[in-house]
Amino acid sequence: MSIASKAAPIRFEGVSKKFGKDVVAVDNIDLAVDAGKLVTLLGPSGCGKTTTLRMIAGLEMATSGRITIGDVDVTKLPATDRDVSMVFQSYALFPHMSVLENVMYGLTFSGFGKGEARSRALQGLELVDLKGFDGRLPAELSGGQQQRVAVARALVLEPQVLLFDEPLSNLDAKLRRQVREDIRGIQQELGLTVVYVTHDQEEALAVSDEIVVMRNAAIAQTGTPRELYDAPNDRFVADFIGEANLIECQIVELDGGTAMIEIEGYRHQLPARGLSPGPATLAVRPSRIVLDSERGVHATVAKATYVGVRMEYTLEGGFGQVFAVQDDVDKPLEVGTDLYMSFAEKGPVLLPGEA
Amino acid sequence: MIFWIIAGWVGFVLCPWYGVEDGFFSFEWLVDGYPFEEDYSPAAFLIGQGEKLWLAPLLIPLLLPLLALGREKSDPTYFRILTVAGALGFGWLIIQGFSIGIRGFNFQWMNAAFGALGDRQFGMGYGAMICASAFLFLFTQGIAARGAVNGDVFVVGAIGGVVTIVAAFVFFPIANMLFSAFVTDEGAYSLSAFVGKFFDDRLWGLGCFFGARCGAALNSLVLAIAVGFITTVLGLAFALVVTRSGFRWKRILRALTVLPIITPPFVIGLALILLFGLSGSVTVFFADLFGTQPTRWLYGMPGVLIAQTLAFTPIAFLVLIGVVEGVSPSMEEAAQTLRANRWKTFRTVSLPLMRPGLANAFLLGFIESMADFGNPLVLGGNFDVLSTEIFFAIVGAQYDQGRAAVLAMVLLFFTLSAFFAQRAWLGKKSYTTVSGKGDAGVHPLMPMGLAIPAMIVAISWAIFTATVYGMIVYGSVVELWGVNNSLTFKHYVTAFSIRIEEEGIRWTGAAWDSFWTTITIAAIAAPLTGAVGLVTAYLLTRQSFAGKSAFEFGTMLSFAIPGTVIGVSYILAFNVPPIEITGTGIILVVSFIFRNMPVGVRAGIASMSQLDKSLDESSLTLGANSWHTFRRVILPLLRPAILAALVYSFVRAMTAISAVIFLVSAEYDMATSYIIGRVENNDYGLAIAYSTTLIFVMLSAVALMQLIVGRTQIGRRMTQSRTNV
Repeated sequence: MSIASKAAPIRFEGVSKKFGKDVVAVDNIDLAVDAGKLVTLLGPSGCGKTTTLRMIAGLEMATSGRITIGDVDVTKLPATDRDVSMVFQSYALFPHMSVLENVMYGLTFSGFGKGEARSRALQGLELVDLKGFDGRLPAELSGGQQQRVAVARALVLEPQVLLFDEPLSNLDAKLRRQVREDIRGIQQELGLTVVYVTHDQEEALAVSDEIVVMRNAAIAQTGTPRELYDAPNDRFVADFIGEANLIECQIVELDGGTAMIEIEGYRHQLPARGLSPGPATLAVRPSRIVLDSERGVHATVAKATYVGVRMEYTLEGGFGQVFAVQDDVDKPLEVGTDLYMSFAEKGPVLLPGEA
Repeated sequence: MIFWIIAGWVGFVLCPWYGVEDGFFSFEWLVDGYPFEEDYSPAAFLIGQGEKLWLAPLLIPLLLPLLALGREKSDPTYFRILTVAGALGFGWLIIQGFSIGIRGFNFQWMNAAFGALGDRQFGMGYGAMICASAFLFLFTQGIAARGAVNGDVFVVGAIGGVVTIVAAFVFFPIANMLFSAFVTDEGAYSLSAFVGKFFDDRLWGLGCFFGARCGAALNSLVLAIAVGFITTVLGLAFALVVTRSGFRWKRILRALTVLPIITPPFVIGLALILLFGLSGSVTVFFADLFGTQPTRWLYGMPGVLIAQTLAFTPIAFLVLIGVVEGVSPSMEEAAQTLRANRWKTFRTVSLPLMRPGLANAFLLGFIESMADFGNPLVLGGNFDVLSTEIFFAIVGAQYDQGRAAVLAMVLLFFTLSAFFAQRAWLGKKSYTTVSGKGDAGVHPLMPMGLAIPAMIVAISWAIFTATVYGMIVYGSVVELWGVNNSLTFKHYVTAFSIRIEEEGIRWTGAAWDSFWTTITIAAIAAPLTGAVGLVTAYLLTRQSFAGKSAFEFGTMLSFAIPGTVIGVSYILAFNVPPIEITGTGIILVVSFIFRNMPVGVRAGIASMSQLDKSLDESSLTLGANSWHTFRRVILPLLRPAILAALVYSFVRAMTAISAVIFLVSAEYDMATSYIIGRVENNDYGLAIAYSTTLIFVMLSAVALMQLIVGRTQIGRRMTQSRTNV
């Protein structure tokens, strides 16, 4: 006997959620999460990602639309009756129960006998490396350990879907990396369907099979981490997933799928992404800016900051301001240096519209 | 659902339908002619014998739910059947209950329409009550099945239950009383009867400006404003001394807050008589000193004012200490770093932030003074106030229900206005600035110019309070105050003597009867109060449903209803079927539950809002339903709050007088009304001895609670959920 997965897919069809009369928290979204995948809902606060998660859990009821988990329509089903469990931001461990009692809690409502529930709970604790902690009270554990108890408590129910609501936000920076790797490891090992809410784009990039970027109660873009980073649909996504410099440019020539753009006389070639000649926006990651070029756009170093692993520069020019990072920390550029700035071969992407 | 269907049938077929004469807990009826004897017979047997045929229609809603058995919850006929059956059954129970009373039809037009009824019926008993709850909960299950509150059966049922009992035991009696204000002596409804009583000179008269007596309403109003103001000022002085001075014995001052909880309200009045009464020690001392005749200055407005100020200052203190501590230290520190000195900081930042709290304290003092019954009764003399006037209108020679009702309306009007003012004002401005998250900082000390007067006021008042309480203890061991000052335990012996005989202990003391009754009634009422209060608090903090604010308002309203009003309305409403409980212990228990419920609700809300909502949610996502969540997560975490609510409602039930004095009977006499009876017979020694005993009993109850609550803390979260009720 071991913890198995009953992973099931989730579908949202035209789901909306209104609070009161006119606060629209989620506006007519369609969403499909495949079984066994880890999907992240990412967005700034107030974008509707937590409401979406809570609708999967059954803690909020959709105002309209249809939600299915597996083959079952759960739109009207309360949380108790859904085969979904959730890890809360605050962990929500019951402070009056021991670690073991916490993990057994859900099992006792799932029709397991006491002995069975107990051995499953112990196994769950073992899975999260908390063997031997079963007699303690939550208050006697560190934050990271509490987090893992919360995960074990949700895992042992073998839910069709496992939900995480900003699980790392109460941990310190070093622990975060480790816990997110643990979560990802368990998810992959057991093949769980996981929906994960975060506002930290780095975290999202690190753990996800797929990321759903949300903005203003709607979905801005869905894709793998790589797709979102390298080919954002619009400026919001470009800026939210990793930093991006947005520079106005002109598409001067189209050659098949390739566009020639011009910025202050400097020309650069890159995929056209279906745009037509005229004004457009170039999105460039800070690391994709080349500073010591022979030719390029004229710029001046306005700020130079040493942050240990790299140098960070703010450059000014006719295009406005850009932010660039360079790995070379040994020969930093001085503030006031005039230089030509160009862009890396891969990386920069064209976005529609003017900056 | 099956449970409630069975319960309905049990109530109908097995349990005696009407109230059993011998009392609720006597089971003599089981052997005495049951089930055919008419008095004890279940409804089914009554109908079978061709009696009380108006109960027969209840069979329809009892049979109807059987059709719902085996149907899916989501089936629309399921909820239709249940709601219709529930509503029909419950509605018919109420209609027949109100229309057919002890003398047949209750309303003239019914006699006209159906002809005089040869039969009659009594108050509802087990059977009727079980049936009523069965119908109610079938109805709520129907509504839940329709999808109300996410189809949560427990929550919908709880809402239905609370709404029903609050309607039955708060709104029904009050509405009933308001109606009786319009009834003339002949029993007809008339507006002029009301107007006549309302504008009575005894109510609004301004005679005291011309040497005669003022109206009771005016007296009450002036007194309440004065008490509200003085207690607020004193309370603020205490609060400032405790939180913002280097005063060393803060803990002793804090202990003052316990006093009003454990002191029966009139005890202060008694102690004042010992000090300043005609033969009081201070009076006699000064009379001897100046060779003047001792006066009766205490009896009247001055005495009541002093007594109430003594009694209610700790309440203001309790409110204001929270307010004063609630002002975020970082605000004050910010002001100081902006170059304001201590005095300016206090005047421009601290005090304005406390303003809503001060208003709150004033209004509480106002309401308490209006509702106070014991002190005016003991000390009032010719100074009439509303609460005592109501009492004399009912029990006195005048026996004028209508007048009592009008007086009660005026009193209710005052307290409700204060209650509304409090809500309207505080709803908008809550300046409590401490968020609960780490707000490191220290309250600055008071400026000197304020500290010295505050200290003087607080300390002298504390000494006065201590003296008064000392007098109570001392007075209980004095033979006959002012006449024979020798020490004796005579009063205790009279009250609490026991004889040990062969059959066991015989409680021969005069006070034992009322003492045990009080303890029993209070012990029954306390858990019920706690349960109703906590369920209500749970609904208010954890659930959202249509009409929630009205629900909250309704439950808190009874806080503003003075005990005398409750007392009058209860004897008017529950003297006749369908709920006929006057003169029983039940009416006392019920009145305590609804008098003290707001306290339970507040304590519950306070501690439940400390519990993170994600605890409930995680329990729900782990597959527990809301009942399991309530029982296994919320209740255990609230254990200290529950205990506090229990002890508090127990103690309140023991000290209550205002409602009780209307509701006691020869069989169920309570300690407080017994003591008042002794006072009226000028038997002060016994009264004071008894009061002292009560104070010590309650002090130990509170101390025991503190001890236990202090020990049941689990982790940090629990320390927060300790509430000062």
